[in-house]
Amino acid sequence: MSTPAPQPPTEAAGVEARLVVDRGDFSLDVGLTARPGEVLALLGPNGAGKTTALRALAGLTPLTDGRLSLDGVVLEEPAARLRVPTENRPVGVVFQDYLLFPHLSALDNVAFGLRTRGLRRAEARAEAAHWLERVGLADHAAARPRALSGGQAQRVALARALAPKPRLLLLDEPMSALDARTRLDVRAQLRRHLADFDAVAVLVTHDPLDAMVLADRLTVIEGGRVVQHGTPADIARHPRSDYVARLVGLNLYRGLAQEQEVRLDGAQAVLVTAESHSGPVFAAFPPSAVTLHRERPDGSARNLWPVTVRGMELHGDQVRLDLAGALPITADITPAAVAELGLHEGSEVWAAVKATAAHSYPA
Amino acid sequence: MTSNTTAPAGGGSQRTAPGPARVRRLARRGGGVPVVLLVPALLGLAFLVLPLIGLLVKAPWSSMPSELDGGTVWPALRLSLETATAATAVSLLLGVPLAWLLARTEFPGRRFLRTLVTLPLVMPPVVGGVALLLVFGRNGLVGEWLNSAFGITLPFTTAGVVVAEAFVAMPFLVLSVEGALRGSDSRYEEAAATLGASRFTAFRRVTLPLVAPGIGAGAVLAWARALGEFGATITFAGDFPGTTQTMPLAVYLALENDPDAAIALSVVLLIVSVLVLAGLRGRWTGGAA
Repeated sequence: MSTPAPQPPTEAAGVEARLVVDRGDFSLDVGLTARPGEVLALLGPNGAGKTTALRALAGLTPLTDGRLSLDGVVLEEPAARLRVPTENRPVGVVFQDYLLFPHLSALDNVAFGLRTRGLRRAEARAEAAHWLERVGLADHAAARPRALSGGQAQRVALARALAPKPRLLLLDEPMSALDARTRLDVRAQLRRHLADFDAVAVLVTHDPLDAMVLADRLTVIEGGRVVQHGTPADIARHPRSDYVARLVGLNLYRGLAQEQEVRLDGAQAVLVTAESHSGPVFAAFPPSAVTLHRERPDGSARNLWPVTVRGMELHGDQVRLDLAGALPITADITPAAVAELGLHEGSEVWAAVKATAAHSYPA
Repeated sequence: MTSNTTAPAGGGSQRTAPGPARVRRLARRGGGVPVVLLVPALLGLAFLVLPLIGLLVKAPWSSMPSELDGGTVWPALRLSLETATAATAVSLLLGVPLAWLLARTEFPGRRFLRTLVTLPLVMPPVVGGVALLLVFGRNGLVGEWLNSAFGITLPFTTAGVVVAEAFVAMPFLVLSVEGALRGSDSRYEEAAATLGASRFTAFRRVTLPLVAPGIGAGAVLAWARALGEFGATITFAGDFPGTTQTMPLAVYLALENDPDAAIALSVVLLIVSVLVLAGLRGRWTGGAA
């Protein structure tokens, strides 16, 4: 494979990509942009194509169409028969299971990428030692990967990816191989390292917490397509798919708005929301905004429906109820309220939501 | 490596984590071996072991030093060791890349090529020798050109012995290394690529060290096969003491006029084989398991 000569920068710094990978049974077609210094998270359920997108960015999976440019240099464009092979891309990858070379010490693992980029052995090792120190593992330089804990291996993998100073850092589910306790620690450290990193970082995860904590912007992928893109706060407030709504713990519906009233698609129900819109909208309210009543309440609640309890499970210190009726609702109430109402699966109750707690936004 | 993982099913006593020896005893007591299997198994064992015992029993131990001092033994043994080692080196040099090609690339006819590579394993070595003669002989396809261009003739030379041995031994190495390559995670090579390593650098610095145990085992197998090579060698290289007469050839020749010498030579080869096996078990199969 020949390495094309670098073209003059024609586009903005950072990643500009439309990644198209067609594998017959699965097709990925996503657009991604990220500026230097930014952390972009690709969030989505398993099988959504997140990892394929990451591999495409690294050049490990060839594009079938589209275009990828990094800092204005086109790395891949099938239509122009252009493809920079992985080893010539200024890219660093932290793999899900790290893939530290088992026959090399932590130090030599970190030095690997420096050696291939032309540094002499002694220089590479000195630089690698510096990186191990930065991730707090100077004492473990001589350790083989199998002697490292999960959290330590993750940090060595991060140091190895960062050492050659990539312009694009890719992290594939960087926390998934860690236990819950380590995860907290490692997440905080990773956040610090990413904050120091001046190029683009793309993080693949199915854990919304990782995404919210680590990323500046999120791109939500489902079924190989982007369903939503924005800042974590924006996405948490205004989810545009059931997947995202579940992740951020919101009841989400689509419907047609007329002023404050939203006629919900596929349900014989109208939801009154705080905002006024007209046309197709999303409408959402949190499970904590739902109140339940044994008898039909007299008050002023305009969002009121008879529902049946389909399921209940403990969720933190709340009980999460799965309610069926004119519209499917997830509700969080206290265990005390469950006892007071005498709720069990099959119970028929009234569910109310204050209009001020329900929000609508254009679809 | 840990034998605890192979603990037999059954029994709540498992929680006390029995030592490996106890586990094995339990397993043996648990299932009785049917006679229908036991008898042929023991017969088979006897069939394999008895000739070795016979060799050791019949060996003229008292006259052994004088038998081995006949003047043909040490040159033959030395030639055998040298040619087997050279054949192994040739196999490594050509066989490891070939194994990589078979394991890591996808091209039309790959499966057919793999079958071709394994053919020398099942082909009678004498046929291999004849085939080598037809290709590398003075009038052979390649041999004629080698002779006219470089003045090199392979048949009936020490180099010819190496060629014949490499021909039969290399498939062992290729299969062993290919298996090791398939068993190793190719994603390490991807990781190397993301760190700027070309495919060859990744092969040299990552793949080779990872499959080193497989290469070692394959090399020992190939070396042992080369050491015992008879058919292809005698057909292609002949039987000239000092230049092409390897140990197996010397044994066969001695058997006609001096059986005691043949037995003594055989014992020497047997000892070499046992040493190889010991080395193989200790250093490679143990590490690879």
